[in-house]
Amino acid sequence: MLHYPFCIIHSPMKPSLLKPAVFSICLIPLGQLLYRAYSDDLGVNPIDMITRVTGSWALFILLTCLSVSPLRKITGLNDLIRYRRMLGLFVFFYATLHFSTYLVLDHFFNWPRIAKDILKRPYVTAGFTAFLVMIPLALTSTSAMIRRLGKRWQQLHRLVYVAAIAAVIHFYWLVKADIRRPAQYGAVLLLLLGYRLLVNRRRPKPARMVRKTPTMEPEELR
Amino acid sequence: MLIKKPADIKAGEITAKDLYLNRRQFIASAAGAGLAGVELLSMARPAHALEKLPNVKKSAYTVNEKSNSFKEITNYNNFYELGVEKTDPAENAKYLTTKGWTVEVEGEVKKAKTFAIDDILKLAPLEERVYRMRCVEAWSMVIPWVGLPLSALIKLAEPTNNAKYIQFVTLVDPKRMPAQKPSLFGNSIDWPYVEGLRMDEAMQPLTILSVGLYGEVLPAQNGAPLRLVVPWKYGFKSIKSIVKLRFVEKEPATSWNKMQPQEYGFYSNVNPEVDHPRWSQADERRIGELRRRKTLPFNGYGEQVASLYKGLDLKKYF
Repeated sequence: MLHYPFCIIHSPMKPSLLKPAVFSICLIPLGQLLYRAYSDDLGVNPIDMITRVTGSWALFILLTCLSVSPLRKITGLNDLIRYRRMLGLFVFFYATLHFSTYLVLDHFFNWPRIAKDILKRPYVTAGFTAFLVMIPLALTSTSAMIRRLGKRWQQLHRLVYVAAIAAVIHFYWLVKADIRRPAQYGAVLLLLLGYRLLVNRRRPKPARMVRKTPTMEPEELR
Repeated sequence: MLIKKPADIKAGEITAKDLYLNRRQFIASAAGAGLAGVELLSMARPAHALEKLPNVKKSAYTVNEKSNSFKEITNYNNFYELGVEKTDPAENAKYLTTKGWTVEVEGEVKKAKTFAIDDILKLAPLEERVYRMRCVEAWSMVIPWVGLPLSALIKLAEPTNNAKYIQFVTLVDPKRMPAQKPSLFGNSIDWPYVEGLRMDEAMQPLTILSVGLYGEVLPAQNGAPLRLVVPWKYGFKSIKSIVKLRFVEKEPATSWNKMQPQEYGFYSNVNPEVDHPRWSQADERRIGELRRRKTLPFNGYGEQVASLYKGLDLKKYF
């Protein structure tokens, strides 16, 4: 936001009709996966398929989530902010499924093997980093946490950029030769980060950070 | 014409609607071609009927492990000429026709020759070889190939004393291999796909030219009509749809090595102690199994082939 009033006075948030819709849409990839598992349509290498699908959707929703702020500014649709937390938590959800598939289905708790992978295989290191970084973000996503952390919440949540970059690098490093998909995600990420770097150069520092309303949304101040 | 469902193909394997529709199409085309007495077995078949190969003998060179199913073997393929996804080759198999296929033999040989597939089928009795196949991506299968020793073709080619290596070349034909069409993002591989073996590796009894699978003619997605199988090396060395053999003096270029030399070497022997730069080769996912398996040196063929590499630093010559 180029110029945002530091003190907003309006009525408590109306319940959003779109939130259940967005929630349902975010569950479609899981639904598809479960349906395919049920109808034995996971292909010849099901564990690989599940890993790929959960990973791709985590990354896709992450980029969608990172599009919220730029879209708000460009279109003026401030209400988009209401979906950002939900999208972020869905990223964490699919990332957890992705990582769990790796830990349980792929390596079945073979901790020495997994540790070796994380330490020695750059693409696993990158993926693990992305996941680790998401954990504090998920844990501090609640309204209570936003209130508690105040200014530091904003600083902490810049880690999402680390997660996004690590995730794209993870993808790029694991593909054998066909880098088109990771390159596409990388290009989109570059645009989303570039927008923030170039457009958000100067921002007014608001006097008050957070409004006190019953349902707290992480307010966007930049 | 008989349409049979053999016992080993369970009803549960036949699922997707579009495969069912393809079956209708396939029956119609087969009927139209007037192919009598051909068994039409399952949906994973290409548009042309797969003939049974006659007089296939069981070979001593066979592993005592459960073969993967025909569905698995024909629907999970790295064959970039037919698309880069694992399921693309089966979908695009219909484009790869093999009528009038020839294999040229040239280079350091007494006389350059051209073979038709029928000529090659006559070189030696066809054998069924159940081999392990280990992909460099760390998955594996057990496949019942039908083929004959490469040494039979080599002997017929009459190589000169200068022939130290053989280079193999795959077909280039964008009409039959749709992913070879020039694209905006460039080609995945610098066509033609090439591979190579040292002469002693080529003469090794395990090395075969395969013309079939499960007793029938090789499906397109598995490298019809003729492919190499070198079971102790990573799968990408088992080049598919061969059109040429060149007998050469120096170590020949191989496609994956050209693309990423630090990751794919000329030898590419299966070796759990030499990791791929980006992932481990210590274990593998046997398709169909829930737990990973430990990868065996030379894919379990060490007893037969380790002697070929005595004294060779396998970490350096990976």
